[in-house]
Amino acid sequence: MHTPLTTSWPDTIYGHFRRAGVRQVGYVPDAGHSKLIALCRDDPNIADVVLTTEEEGVGLVAGAALGGQRAALLMQSSGVGNCINMFSLLRNCGFGCVLLVTMRGEFGEFNPWQVPMGSITEDVLRLSGFLTYRIDSADDVDDIVGAGCDMAFDGNLQVAILLSQRLIGRKQWTK
Amino acid sequence: MLDRRDFVRRILIERGDLLVVPGLGCATYDVAAAGDHPLNFYLWGAMGGTAMIALGLALAQPGRRVVAIPGDGDMLMGIGSLATIGVRQPKKLVVVILDNAHYGETGMQPSHTSAGIDFAAVALGCRFKTARTVSRIEEAAEVRRLIHSGEGPILINAKIDAEDVPRVLPLRDGHAIKQRFIEALNPA
Repeated sequence: MHTPLTTSWPDTIYGHFRRAGVRQVGYVPDAGHSKLIALCRDDPNIADVVLTTEEEGVGLVAGAALGGQRAALLMQSSGVGNCINMFSLLRNCGFGCVLLVTMRGEFGEFNPWQVPMGSITEDVLRLSGFLTYRIDSADDVDDIVGAGCDMAFDGNLQVAILLSQRLIGRKQWTK
Repeated sequence: MLDRRDFVRRILIERGDLLVVPGLGCATYDVAAAGDHPLNFYLWGAMGGTAMIALGLALAQPGRRVVAIPGDGDMLMGIGSLATIGVRQPKKLVVVILDNAHYGETGMQPSHTSAGIDFAAVALGCRFKTARTVSRIEEAAEVRRLIHSGEGPILINAKIDAEDVPRVLPLRDGHAIKQRFIEALNPA
């Protein structure tokens, strides 16, 4: 018999934010990230910054780092496309960055309009200078997010962690 | 209309420990012309991101005054960030737009503000505490006062001449600009 999980993957990510001392979290609201967003909003030590477009978050990360704080960004794969030019700020100046990307447009996607961006998200991130790590199973969240935070914040690297549709679950279109 | 160099020099005079984020293009040259300073985070790209960089900085350094100085084209590209700033209400953040109503770096094509698009009205709709347009050099002293002691978020739209001025080129190496800023903010 399975032992019920006491923590879910958003709790695990949030735990790494706390451990790494993340103080600002920028996001565009997203169903896959809803629990993590709620955890960050409820934490008085984290400034949650709701954005009108994901590229604003890239500026936020840079400004936070200039001021001595660590910031993380949460977005959906479609949002990666909104950031491409702004990513040059991270590379030009060597700002560490942790990007947590919930994937759409993958295997089993109901909405074909999500596919063009979702299918190139990882390539776009690599071309923009990010190290990319993909998570398909909740068992890998702890290891990969922990290592990603350390690489970004201790090494000033740009790290993108892709949370696959198999991890977050397919969007349900019928009730 | 304001002489851009004279206006920027006046609002940054005796700046104390003010943190300054000028936007790409002429804004960066104007801030450099007012006197190089390690607490200038010069931008040479990242168009549309100036106000957001200043917001991240203001949230990280709530005790410090922060001023973003984008051009009108930069602010138009990142106009949504005024709404994002309005949500967070940073008390010590000021955005001073150098508005010549043109894209100076690309051949002086008219920008949206040439057609009357009004940043101060947008900022009030975005819950800025103070938002006004200035066009007389005598108003620079009041803008400087707002930068140093006004309750933010504040937006000043400064109507400047669309004249071409000589370029004053500061540091261009992003790593060096960042490192110098961080070291100046955290003296050993």
